[in-house]
Amino acid sequence: MGLHSEVLTGKTQQKFFNPDEAENFFYWGTHDVDFNKRTELDVKDMDCKQANEKIDRLMSEGYGTIVIKNPQGKHSLGVGILNKLNLIFEGSLGYFGVGSIDGPIVRVNGRVGWSCAENMMAGKVVIEKNAGSCFGAAIRGGDLICKGSVGARTGIDQKGGSIIVGGDAGAFTGFMMQRGRIVILGDVGINLGDSMYDGTIYVGGKIGSFGSDAVEAPMTKNDIEWLTRKFKVAEIGNNFDVSKMTKIVSGKKLWNYDALEPTEKKGAI
Amino acid sequence: MCGIAGLIHRGKSSNVGEELQHMLQALKHRGPDSTGYALYANNDGQNFILRFKVGENVGEGSSSVNEDESVYDERKKLVDKKLSELGATVVKEDRLTPYSYRYEMKYDKDLMEFSKALESIESVEILSIGKSLELIKDLGDATAVSERYGLNKVQGTHGIGHARMATESGVDIKSAHPFWGYPFADVSVVHNGQLTNYWNNRRVLENKGMRFMSECDSELIAVFLAEKMRNGATLEEGMKESLTGLDGVFTYFVATKDSLGMAKDTMAAKPLVLYESDELVAMGSEEIAIRSILPQEIDTYDPFDGEVKVWQI
Repeated sequence: MGLHSEVLTGKTQQKFFNPDEAENFFYWGTHDVDFNKRTELDVKDMDCKQANEKIDRLMSEGYGTIVIKNPQGKHSLGVGILNKLNLIFEGSLGYFGVGSIDGPIVRVNGRVGWSCAENMMAGKVVIEKNAGSCFGAAIRGGDLICKGSVGARTGIDQKGGSIIVGGDAGAFTGFMMQRGRIVILGDVGINLGDSMYDGTIYVGGKIGSFGSDAVEAPMTKNDIEWLTRKFKVAEIGNNFDVSKMTKIVSGKKLWNYDALEPTEKKGAI
Repeated sequence: MCGIAGLIHRGKSSNVGEELQHMLQALKHRGPDSTGYALYANNDGQNFILRFKVGENVGEGSSSVNEDESVYDERKKLVDKKLSELGATVVKEDRLTPYSYRYEMKYDKDLMEFSKALESIESVEILSIGKSLELIKDLGDATAVSERYGLNKVQGTHGIGHARMATESGVDIKSAHPFWGYPFADVSVVHNGQLTNYWNNRRVLENKGMRFMSECDSELIAVFLAEKMRNGATLEEGMKESLTGLDGVFTYFVATKDSLGMAKDTMAAKPLVLYESDELVAMGSEEIAIRSILPQEIDTYDPFDGEVKVWQI
């Protein structure tokens, strides 16, 4: 949830949080749920819209722990959940699973397809098996964890939060990331951190190649402390020697870091 | 965007026609224009199966020019005459639709010369030649095509299929996948993606005597691999060369009479989910394709960028 204080004028549907009216602020689409109130939902014969509407209805009834049975690789399940919730999938998700969430704790006892948790704002998502490409694309916050391996472009356009992968990652990991941290315990493919603006990537295994402007940086005491703490949260990396990981940051040498306008840059070249 | 699916049973046969139908139907949203199957059936292996068309499906959604059906009969007569001249003996013939045929025939000479001769007849295109390959493609979704050609009872070891969203060329059978790996018997290819050096490659390959029947960029993969194999490369070697020889984004499957392979470009820009066990390999553009035949909980994964894999039956 972004904090804005400007007053909008003109025709707009957009609502911003006004600190002066905090008591009256209502985060649309949220529910007050009880973690101890638990239920199961079999989505075998539902499409994704029906399943998501049913999850929303259960949350409106106060259920704080929902177990989804038979997701069977369906797309876009568990998206847009903006309140606290324990959401457990007994199986695998397709594309765009648990995207645009802000707060829930999610566990997927299977695999996830492309773009899992895209635009996640807060919360914790744990994938027990593998994940497809664009894992954690553009996340703003929270912890996104995959215990298996992930595909290409993991953390593309990441703007905050942490992505932690127990296995290997494909090409273009951290492509154009802007903030946050990516941790890969295994190997990564080519073009790691290509054109990253900021943020940090840690790799435990071999690196296929560095992308444009991605450079190695020394591990610090803070890095080691943070990684050790996060591994406990992520339930992976036991006995992993974090001090031997490779740290990658932006070299900040690309054209967008100088003060020249594009036309001036052209002249300089 | 297109959807592709493939499966191979190792050490046994199954109803691959029905299985592939379910997989492709689950991917219909990725490509509603046409559907194609390359099924490797339990034929007796004595005769060649020749599948060819003498015209296009001009039904709803087609970009083809309407023709009087009488021209199909004329072209079929010319095909029969040409087969006789080539020394092929037709053992059995089936007219599957007004414009497509399946022949069983005996033939023991060069397939390239055979194909050139047959396709010299106006609007005649060989869809496939092989002793186990049954290549069927037409407009419509997987169920419609399967019902039209009676595919849900085809027993075999493996198969690949394609649900097409037309982007680079017309909505017609000649641009639909799979593509036969002319002039090799029992070779077929399906592709999801776009190739950006199609014309450069096509000019080179045509100068080497290879044949293109459509303007669909995906056909290049079949021709590219066929040319490599003609020069002695194995299927896997040809596929590895394709990673640098083909430019663009692609995930493709290729099948032969006893193997199934996949290749993914170095950008990993097109999706693929894979399930692999000792008995079965199933893969598709989305996991729901695999789930349509394996609803129980299974372990699947995405192959990485630049990966090539080949499985034997």
